[in-house]
This record gives sequence, C-alpha cells and structure tokens, in this order.
Amino acid sequence: MAEVEQGCELFSAGHRACGGCGPALAARLLLKATGKNVIIASATGCMEVFSTPYPETAWGVPWIHSLFENVAAVASGIEASLKRQGRSEKVVCIGGDGATFDIGVLCISGAFERGHDITYICYDNEAYMNTGIQRSGATPYGASTTTSPPGACAPGGNPLPKKDMPAILAAHGAPYVATASIAYPNDFVQKVERAINTPGPCYIQVHTPCCTGWGFESGETLAMAKLAIDTGLWVNYEMVDGKVVKAKKVRRKPVEEYLAKQKRFRHLFKPARRDDVIANIQAIADANAERFGIDIKRKESSE
Amino acid sequence: MALRVGCAAPPGRALDNKTGAWRVFKPVFDPETCSRCGMCAMVCPEGCVHETEEGTFEPDLDYCKGCGICEEVCPKKSIRMEKEEK
Ligand SMILES: Cc1ncc(C[n+]2csc(CCOP(=O)(O)OP(=O)(O)O)c2C)c(N)n1
Ligand code: SF4
Ligand code: SF4
Ligand code: SF4
Ligand SMILES: [Mg+2]
Repeated sequence: MAEVEQGCELFSAGHRACGGCGPALAARLLLKATGKNVIIASATGCMEVFSTPYPETAWGVPWIHSLFENVAAVASGIEASLKRQGRSEKVVCIGGDGATFDIGVLCISGAFERGHDITYICYDNEAYMNTGIQRSGATPYGASTTTSPPGACAPGGNPLPKKDMPAILAAHGAPYVATASIAYPNDFVQKVERAINTPGPCYIQVHTPCCTGWGFESGETLAMAKLAIDTGLWVNYEMVDGKVVKAKKVRRKPVEEYLAKQKRFRHLFKPARRDDVIANIQAIADANAERFGIDIKRKESSE
Repeated sequence: MALRVGCAAPPGRALDNKTGAWRVFKPVFDPETCSRCGMCAMVCPEGCVHETEEGTFEPDLDYCKGCGICEEVCPKKSIRMEKEEK
C-alpha cells in the first residue's frame, strides 16, 4: 500500500489539480486542521475529481464520494451511525459552491435542521469549474462565465448578486458559521478546528480563487484572495449563534484593483469601460464594509 | 454476506502520479537569504515544499507543478522561477 509517507501531509501530492489551484490548498489546510480522526464526505466537483481519479487518491483519511447533490445527507447518516456506535471521529463535508449554494441546498438544509454534529465546508471558487465555468449562486455580480457572458441582454456579465449562504445557514440555528480565505491559512485552520469542536452543524465558506476559471496567472492565487479581502468584496467573519462576533478589518482599496487583474471581469474595461457596472460592484463592497464594520478608520490606523 | 458497492483506493495512492512532469518553470530556492518563515511550505497547493536539516526549505521536484505561488509569497524574495531545461 502506498501509505502517506510525505512527512505529515495527510492530503498528498500527486493530485491532478491545475498548478496554483486554490481549492487544492484548502484541502491540504483542511486536513492539517482535522488531523486523522475524521471522515470526509465529498460532493462532486473539481476537488473530488482532481483528488481521486481511481485508483489514485490524495486523501490520507477515510473519504467517501456519493453524488453532486447529497453530500450533507451522506454525512448525516455517517454521523448518526458513529454516534450510535459511540465513536469519536469528526464528520466533515466538503463541497464546491455549486454543490453548496445550488444543487445541495435541500440536503444541507435537512442536515442543519436535524442538528447533526457535522462541519460543512464550502470551498468557494465562484462558479461550476469542473464542467467548464458555469455561473452558480456564488458567482459575483458582474463576472463573466460561460452561462453569464456579457452580451446584449446583460452587458455587465452575471446580473445577479452572490447569494448569502452563511446567513441562510445561520438562520437554521447553526452554532458556528464562518467565512475564511486561503490568503490567511492559519485563520482558516483555526476556524476549522473551532467548527469541528463545536457540537451541532457548523458551516465554513472558504474563498479559493481558481486561476483557470477566473483568468489570472497561477502564481497569483493567494494575491487574488488577499485582494478580494482588501477591497471588501470578500469579508472574513465569524458568527456564533447567529450573531457576527468578529470580522477582519482592512484599509480598503478600490474594487477596480481586484477586477482589472482577472479575465472574468475584462468586459468591464474593454472594449469600453463600464463605469456603471464597476460602480455597482464598488457599492457591494461599500455595503459589506458597512454591514461588518471592517473599515480601519484613520485614527485607528495612526495608532 | 457483506455487500460491496463502489470502489476503494489505498490512502495517499496519488503519490504514484509524479506531477513534476507538468512543470514549465521551476522554483529555485536560495538558502542564503531564506528567513525560515515557512510560508512557502504552508501555501504550496501540492504540499511538496519541505524543511531541510539546516532549517531552510526546498521543493520536491517530483511533484512541484511550477505554479509560482511560493515565489509570490516569499517575503525575502528567496525563490526565483527559472525556465525548466528538459
Ligand atoms: C446531478 C448532477 N448534475 C450535474 C453534474 C455535473 N457536474 C459535475 S461537477 C459539476 C460542477 C461543480 O461545481 P462546484 O460545486 O462549484 O465545484 P467546482 O467544480 O467549481 O470545484 C457539475 C455541474 C453531476 N455530476 N451531477
Ligand atoms: S479549474 Fe480551478 S478549481 Fe478546478 S482544478 Fe483548476 S484551478 Fe482548481
Ligand atoms: S517563504 Fe522564503 S523566506 Fe520563508 S521559508 Fe520559504 S524560502 Fe525561506
Ligand atoms: S512552484 Fe508551486 S508547486 Fe512548486 S513548490 Fe512552489 S508552490 Fe509548490
Ligand atoms: Mg465552484
């Protein structure tokens, strides 16, 4: 058996993700946080496909794949069975944004309603990447995908805003809901540790830029994740029992700095600038900053 | 009788797949300027950057895909991407 021999890497090299893949880093960090005492249930998507082309697998822990839509139901069954047997393994679901925001919502809602002791991680690369970049409920307003191309009807690209999935799960009564980003690996690891050690259904949504689907150089994956935070388009926060208790503060940059670096927003700059759409995106960042209170005020910054 | 459905693979079997063959650029690490912060090892999506006995870091070129993330995050600019000679 090709045991995991690479130091303490539970998520092994040799997986087939694109070079620079954000979700691949999230998978590694996830297992750093959980350690060996875990069972992973994985929805269909890039992470499942690149990590487990039969007979290979990058997972050094028990791992099960079922379907695109039912990962939370599978995890519910595993958790119920472990509980009955008095076993201590943590049960963690991992799914992409398509699996989480769209097709898996029914099973996730059921699992959270029943109150299973599971942690659900959504790695958010903001579209259906594995099938060739289709729009999902997590695709940001203004992004171009193959199913939201800029055209006569929607010159700005995707006409709809990103769905507020953390709020939906917090409304189910989840004791711990958090957002994270691979730009801050230690923060993500700590949030996973907190979630798996919190009884009941917990949710973490981790921002994982996809160089292939967003259109940027593979070396810039972390830089892109950090820019999303620095512009206020992604906010790292924690919710305990439905209330926001902590949000990462930033000295905000204009959203243009983030948009101009990615091909999925190129139509906002060429052939002609779409100042109207860029202003709408800036308004989304401003609303985020207001809602979560993330702006570092001048006074604070001079401290 | 146990009913066997689906397929199973041994843990970590992906190591059979040497993704280093995909590389176009390779990272070259300079141990002289390295501050030993460990960021490169933390963020490599392949998990293929390892600490040496001296406490500096180097990539496992059997698996490194040459993505350049380590070069981008290194605070000391100790990593440089070089066109791979094949
Ligand atoms: C019921 C069903 N519909 C469609 C598919 C095809 N499919 C496989 S992966 C995928 C996209 C997954 O998107 P997401 O969850 O965002 O993960 P990503 O690939 O972006 O990592 C789709 C549509 C499927 N496997 N099953
Ligand atoms: S398409 Fe994106 S998410 Fe999928 S393997 Fe490539 S970089 Fe990763
Ligand atoms: S990121 Fe740079 S300075 Fe830090 S350990 Fe790696 S090579 Fe050394
Ligand atoms: S170039 Fe990419 S794959 Fe290679 S060591 Fe650096 S981060 Fe890892
Ligand atoms: Mg996706």
